[in-house]
Amino acid sequence: MSNIDRRQFLKIMGVSTIFGMGMASTNTFLEKLEASTFDKTPGRLAAKRWGMYIDMDKISEADIPRIVGACHRAHNVPAHGNPKHEVKWIWAEEFKHAFPEQEGEFLSEKYEHQKILVLCNHCEKPACTRVCPTKATYKRKEDGLVLMDYHRCIGCRFCMAACPYGARSFNYTNPRAALNKNEINPKFPTRMIGVVEKCTFCSERLDKGLKPACVEASNGGMVFGDLNDPHSELRKLLREQFTMRRKPELGTNPGLYYKIGGAQHAG
Amino acid sequence: MYNSGKIIVGIIIFLLFATFPFYNSIGKATAKPEPKIDTPAIKEAQAKLGKKDVCVEPKEFMKAEHMQLLNDWRDAALREGNRLYRASDGRTHDINLQNTCMNCHSNKKKFCDECHNYAAVKPYCWTCHIEPKEERTNE
Repeated sequence: MSNIDRRQFLKIMGVSTIFGMGMASTNTFLEKLEASTFDKTPGRLAAKRWGMYIDMDKISEADIPRIVGACHRAHNVPAHGNPKHEVKWIWAEEFKHAFPEQEGEFLSEKYEHQKILVLCNHCEKPACTRVCPTKATYKRKEDGLVLMDYHRCIGCRFCMAACPYGARSFNYTNPRAALNKNEINPKFPTRMIGVVEKCTFCSERLDKGLKPACVEASNGGMVFGDLNDPHSELRKLLREQFTMRRKPELGTNPGLYYKIGGAQHAG
Repeated sequence: MYNSGKIIVGIIIFLLFATFPFYNSIGKATAKPEPKIDTPAIKEAQAKLGKKDVCVEPKEFMKAEHMQLLNDWRDAALREGNRLYRASDGRTHDINLQNTCMNCHSNKKKFCDECHNYAAVKPYCWTCHIEPKEERTNE
């Protein structure tokens, strides 16, 4: 063997490489799992692009705690107490703050101070996902929802700086401690200290065929549907009503449409 | 060799000291981890399917690869919206650590922690996912 020439050496190497590759691929566990597949849950709610129509004439200030409560209970959103540490998935904002570019010198005070229900806009071009260094936040390809994988979040808060709607909150302290033990929803996880959290458009409920929790609690004040489907109930409403979106001039193409005022003539 | 007496005694003392953990534990084997699968949900599934091995995949696979399976489950559910797992035996399962895995393995202390403590691994599942209430297993 000591005097093999270059040609023989290359032949031996080639044959043993092929043999080695064959050995490497015989992983018994992987073979076993080839029969396993992932699938969509039957009966789930699907869309090309989820959006929402929020009729602020039907949602009074008294309705807001009920809707916010339904969401925050379903998702174990902590109430830290300290307003600087507030965690919010869906919350109320005064009109002049929700739509700062719509401010008017003589705007009716009724509208200027009206509480508007705001949540993540699930933008078509979300700024938050572009700045995330770990891809912890991402836009789901199948339906355009802007979601988070809390396992990957390192708490850098770039997304909070990038989001023009303030739809992201940071857990400065342990969120478990800020939850009422008797009210924790055992079906949904909590978050941990040092991660950012946000509205998920109830992707976990949609995947099981349920409406988003806020829509369910709104008694018809909020309508969700497929923005890409011209025959959806949502698109029908958008055709009939004048609606506005929050800060569309920023180019994020938000997916939430608001109807505000103009109900006086109805009926 | 100068000072050979002191040096040799020193080496012996050092060796005794350095190998203390080894001879100290000779014959005192640590209790082997014995994860329990005797929860009501598992017993029910065993009776229903008429076999002992009722987890989503075969026992040997789960023992060795459950962490990889959980990673794949997470990515499928969160990123692809695929929340249904069709196992190699054809059964389907809802992809959900808190409500599928822990529904059967409601004895986290006697199942998860048993091996994890033995192997000194600390998975951080439970900082966010809610552990099953342990009283349930003692009923």
